[in-house]
Amino acid sequence: MAGDTDKLVCELALRMGDNALILGQRVSAWCGHAPVLEEDIALANVALDLIGQTKLWLGLAAELGAGDNADDVAFLRDARGFRNSLLVEQPNGDYGHTLMRQFLFDAWHYPMLQGLKESADIRIAEIAEKSAKEAAYHLERSSDFVVRLGDGSDESHDRMQAALNALYPFAGELTAPDETDEALAAAGLAPDLNVLRQQYDDYVSRIFAEATLTVPEGAVRKGGKAGLHTEEMGYILADMQWLQRAYPGATW
Amino acid sequence: MYAQEVKSTGQGVKSLDEMEPDERAFQEKINADVKIEPKDWMPEGYRKTLIRQISQHAHSEIVGQLPEGNWITRAPTLERKAILLAKVQDEAGHGLYLYCAAETLGVSRDQMTEQLLSGKAKYSSIFNYPTLTWADIGAIGWLVDGAAIMNQVPLQRCSYGPYSRAMIRVCKEESFHQRQGYDIMMKLCEGAPEQKDMAQDALNRWWQPSLMMFGPPDGDSVHSAQSMAWGIKQNTNDELRQKFVDETVPQAEYLGLTVPDPDVKWNEARGHYDFGELDWDEFYEVLKGNGPCNKERLGARQKAWTDGAWFREGLMAHAKKRDARKMAAE
Repeated sequence: MAGDTDKLVCELALRMGDNALILGQRVSAWCGHAPVLEEDIALANVALDLIGQTKLWLGLAAELGAGDNADDVAFLRDARGFRNSLLVEQPNGDYGHTLMRQFLFDAWHYPMLQGLKESADIRIAEIAEKSAKEAAYHLERSSDFVVRLGDGSDESHDRMQAALNALYPFAGELTAPDETDEALAAAGLAPDLNVLRQQYDDYVSRIFAEATLTVPEGAVRKGGKAGLHTEEMGYILADMQWLQRAYPGATW
Repeated sequence: MYAQEVKSTGQGVKSLDEMEPDERAFQEKINADVKIEPKDWMPEGYRKTLIRQISQHAHSEIVGQLPEGNWITRAPTLERKAILLAKVQDEAGHGLYLYCAAETLGVSRDQMTEQLLSGKAKYSSIFNYPTLTWADIGAIGWLVDGAAIMNQVPLQRCSYGPYSRAMIRVCKEESFHQRQGYDIMMKLCEGAPEQKDMAQDALNRWWQPSLMMFGPPDGDSVHSAQSMAWGIKQNTNDELRQKFVDETVPQAEYLGLTVPDPDVKWNEARGHYDFGELDWDEFYEVLKGNGPCNKERLGARQKAWTDGAWFREGLMAHAKKRDARKMAAE
């Protein structure tokens, strides 16, 4: 039984860690290119938080057998081994896409971490405790921007609506439980995603109403939790893992 | 640092006796080591020189995000990625303090940005060189930040209060930057032969440009005397360059790397390292815009600004709407 629990905890750690890593990777590409200096600083902050969380989650996954250490887990797996949602691997696009992707993620990430603080596994609860504080700030920031830019100029409204239309189909995956999520919830290791989905939908609907944005209709696109990614993923890894692949076994 | 060729507007240094009372009181304050504050009287030349120097410094921090930012997504470990992110973020923060310091002299950040984007304002030429390998991130931290510290430590005593205070904060962070750069170099030099070659190659490419960060030789730097009298500059370009060489050569030896200058040799009589002539033609070419990355760097800043226009305007539009609603409700 202990073995089964470890397997579940490891899978959860990979999902949490890969979401943080891939989103952190995407966000960090903005460094020096943001629309205003304060945003360069803020985005670097968000990326730093996410990379910090990655170290903790992937460190836990490594302890449970996913690799020798967090770096190996991050830099030596191929795309099929990654467990992040399709949302976080979507391209940066314009700044509106980046903010909308962040918002759709944060609105899940924060309540998820709040739930994980109550996990039956102390290692999960401790990482969640630390990460939830950061995620609370991320959500406050991204919600605020969605409202201000949605209800801003005609152009900012149209850009935010376009971003929502493009990204919303990927958001559903975050709150759609698969077998692993159900087992995690049943074991008291993670919150019940069916409950979380209700919270998520209520929250994002309220923000979108305030932002005068319309939630698009359409099917949910998923696969990331099972390692079935979009074509974006290969390029992200080609960039992120290049040095480790070119100089196998080197210490940096 | 990062203000490598600041033209001051003074017409040569006046003696106290030649000065009007305002200017004399100003100069006496500087001589007595009392800081000049934003509301104090100051000569126009002093104001203009400082605006040029501080804004050039700020622009350098902003453009300086680009060569290192180039490697964030490819950093070799999670720890290195986090450190590099934090470092580039510090640079944006330095830019912000410095723009604020310049604003106290009566120029707005938008005006300064416009001058950068139009090519009118300069930034340090060092950022017009490319970062080709991971070792370049080490070399930049070690050499470029090392040279920056050498220049900035004396600026903490600059006569202009807001600049001096900004530099005190900046210097604290810069020494962490230099250490992380040297640490990258150490790891490379202790590593596989390919890694050490990478480190040597980076030193070969960054050595001269780093020495040029101190600006042209004293003989060619006609504006130093006035800046020194005004307490804006404390040391000459050549003094600082020598100090940098003296500190850096032993660091390279410790790494087991060779400084790419056959003339580098300890001179017992002078108590300093001798070093060879620098290629100042290259320096002036890069300054004119013909360096390897001038177009890319400025292009990236222009693109960020242009692409971000809708974002800035959208936020302004929202603020207006919100104010109008508030007014209507009252």
